[in-house]
Amino acid sequence: MDTETLTKKKSSSFEELEAIREELDKCMKCGNCMAVCPVYGVEKQETSVTRSKIAIAEAVLDGVLELDDPQVYEMLFNCLVCKSCMSNCPTQVNFERIMLALRAALVRKNGLPWLKRMIFSTLKNPKLFDAGMRLGAAMQPLVFRGEQDGQAMAPRSPFALAGKSFGLDRERLLPGTTTKPLRERVPEVVGVQDAALHVAFFTGDSLNYFYPQAGEDLIAVLSANNIEVHIPKNQSCCGTPVLVHGDVETVRILARKNIDAMDASGCSHIITGCGSCGNAWQHDYPELLGSDPTYGPRAQYWAERTFDISTFLTKVIKLRPPKGRVERVVTYHDPCHLKKGMQVSAEPREILQSIPGLTLKEMKAPDRCCGSGGSFVLTHYETAASIGKQKAADIVQTGATAVATGCPACMMQLLDNLHRCGQDREIVHYISLLAESYRKEQAADSNA
Amino acid sequence: MLAQPVLTQLEHIVGKDNLLTSKMDMVAYSYDATADMPKQLPDVVVFPQNSDMVVAIVNLAREHKVPIYSRGAGTNLSGGTVPLNKGIVLSFQKMNKILDIDPDNLSAVVQPGVIIGALNAAVESHGLIYPPDPGTVATATMGGSAAENSGGLRGLKYGVTKNYIMGMEVVLASGEKVRFGGKTVKNVTAYDFANLFVGSEGTLGIITEITAKLIPAPKFRRTLVGTFKTLADAGNTVSGIIAAKVIPATMEIMDNMTLRTVENSAKIGLPTDVEAMLLIEVDGMSEDVVVAEAKAVEKAVLENNGTLSIAQTDKERDDLWAARRNALPALAQLNNTVILEDATVPRSHITDMLIACQNIGKKYNLTLGTFGHAGDGNLHPTILCDKNNKDEMERMHKAVDEIFAAALSFGGTLSGEHGIGMAKMKYLQDEIGEGGVNLMRSLKAALDPDSILNPGKMVPAPAEA
Repeated sequence: MDTETLTKKKSSSFEELEAIREELDKCMKCGNCMAVCPVYGVEKQETSVTRSKIAIAEAVLDGVLELDDPQVYEMLFNCLVCKSCMSNCPTQVNFERIMLALRAALVRKNGLPWLKRMIFSTLKNPKLFDAGMRLGAAMQPLVFRGEQDGQAMAPRSPFALAGKSFGLDRERLLPGTTTKPLRERVPEVVGVQDAALHVAFFTGDSLNYFYPQAGEDLIAVLSANNIEVHIPKNQSCCGTPVLVHGDVETVRILARKNIDAMDASGCSHIITGCGSCGNAWQHDYPELLGSDPTYGPRAQYWAERTFDISTFLTKVIKLRPPKGRVERVVTYHDPCHLKKGMQVSAEPREILQSIPGLTLKEMKAPDRCCGSGGSFVLTHYETAASIGKQKAADIVQTGATAVATGCPACMMQLLDNLHRCGQDREIVHYISLLAESYRKEQAADSNA
Repeated sequence: MLAQPVLTQLEHIVGKDNLLTSKMDMVAYSYDATADMPKQLPDVVVFPQNSDMVVAIVNLAREHKVPIYSRGAGTNLSGGTVPLNKGIVLSFQKMNKILDIDPDNLSAVVQPGVIIGALNAAVESHGLIYPPDPGTVATATMGGSAAENSGGLRGLKYGVTKNYIMGMEVVLASGEKVRFGGKTVKNVTAYDFANLFVGSEGTLGIITEITAKLIPAPKFRRTLVGTFKTLADAGNTVSGIIAAKVIPATMEIMDNMTLRTVENSAKIGLPTDVEAMLLIEVDGMSEDVVVAEAKAVEKAVLENNGTLSIAQTDKERDDLWAARRNALPALAQLNNTVILEDATVPRSHITDMLIACQNIGKKYNLTLGTFGHAGDGNLHPTILCDKNNKDEMERMHKAVDEIFAAALSFGGTLSGEHGIGMAKMKYLQDEIGEGGVNLMRSLKAALDPDSILNPGKMVPAPAEA
């Protein structure tokens, strides 16, 4: 019951919709968000774009519109929460907080739809979630038929993504869920001799279940840089997939579990390989746990010590220059949560450019959203596909044979985007290219 | 509320997917980018796909005496697109095709919903540009900017929107569709209709197609910044540059209040102890000429006690532009309401006008910063106030009255580039007199006798008899 008392004491925008009023007031309706909003770019209607969503939020606060008006509900979820508008906003309106506050208010008012409740409850229990991942194939078509009646939105969990890959759309291309997740493939501590630092790898679900190889590459790169890596078994989902659906309480539970797991590791830094996970540690946890006397300070502590692997390698330590040649023409896609959330965009490029043999060819607007937006791609497939088509065209134009990026959700979306227009390319986490270079270097050394 | 049969017919004209009626959608079309304006929910929003649909909508609206509010991206700063009397919002957001790019005739034909920046991106590979560059190039539409006769930073050398409209298709309130002008450089056939409809703010007709003029992109440029201890020095520099027979592409000015605010928020190393900064860019097709012009600018800055910085690289140019780019954002962050005016004076009165604005700000105890286009006398006195503070809002309204009075006293104009709309209608007579207002009423009555096109804007209603 601790949680409840705490929640009552606090009046952040996650608890009290009125708390976003000041943020709403900052918007001058200039419409600069129209230039960058991926959803508006496709739909060309005011309600698709940030300034209108803000005007509608004002109307809700003023009692002109009801929060659970079906149209308002629809509008609330017709947003990728990609933060593109925030990077182009002259008055720096924190639209992400506005959007999440509205969704949280909706959940407070009407409760989580039954489907969300069902899926999210599995996220709270990693064991059950693991089982779900394995049983997923059998269960998912059923779950998604439930979603079709419009009652519920699917979360951005691999759980839901897996469902989509089974049955609903044969064209949709996804990496298969792996039978053996990352955290079972590797020991809890990957040591090196005379480690310079000990860091905890927060894997997130997507790397754990969909791209365990990229996760192993991340660990290998850290080892090659003389860093001991802890991969705490007790970590859970970062919570972003449920936060974007307004389920604030579940995220708090996940955040506390994750903080406990990281505290227990005794490490000095948290390393992430996913923009959304890193963003949760850097921004969401401190805010969500702000008034929690025990976990609030811990969240703040870790927020300052959480780094994307690229930032860690280039800013915290000095990257050991790779020597193995990786003959590849690569273009780099900026994930929204990595660039606009964690402010990381130069570092992955620095890493790519340090790899011998690799040519980096920039695409037009590399930071234009790929259209994934977590569950957005599931609930608004047409809009997401149109956004993705533009991204695919930009990629193809570079002539690159591989697309590197820094977020597993983008990797899934890019895979689908390119496949749909018959332009399959290698989609790779940038860290895997660095790992490849180190491996080649090692192979050459042992041959010599 | 519109009668159901009217809605049914509208749906028949544009199709179900191109018509919105939900209350939430109406909220989304109840405002534009102008601060301190009344909002109004329209009855319906329609997205026409071609000019025949526009004709059908106009005929229906005229028959039922329903107002039509044409709208591009809704980024104007004069309340021009607010659907004051409800009725139909005619959104051109989805009528956004570039129909033709003709490098031989240096022209392009576009639908009204094309974004200005999209046209520039499309002609770039031909080495051409469409020069009008309002601050909203990345969002505003060709139709909207033609209807508003938008200006921008390059006005001094390259002119404004009206200088780049070669022809149009317009749907009149009568339902007739007329085409005039075209790809010829010279055309004196009939009245100069393009200049009638450009800047008419949707009150005389509905623009459904535009033939725009393109020019070769300048190949060379130089960017310089001068800072000055007095406003007079800055003003004299502007005069000195023109006297040296140099017409810069941009010549932007920022006052001390603006500079301090930018420095406070952006921390880019601006001097905060100077009274004004000028950002000057010269460009052209020949490097020799551009270099010589830059030298002349340098001389004018130094002769007038200015401190000079010159950009040698693209990065340095970007840094020099940072102050100007951040001017409005930085000011806007100071409070929740941004009153951005565009009173304009003859270039020789720039200093007088800057001083007048500062004094008005002090007199009414308001936060007021001024920046703008010094080369063409188009200033943006910007007042930051709190919409919840009634007293402050009243003082702001009085200050705005005085700013316009000052501009007129220097032989200037109410609006250099934002238009009249709702925001400045009450001042209209101060500038053009009763005769001018009557001329506008006559034109309006002749072209739109039922007053269905953007009613309540630009043309003051005749006084109650």
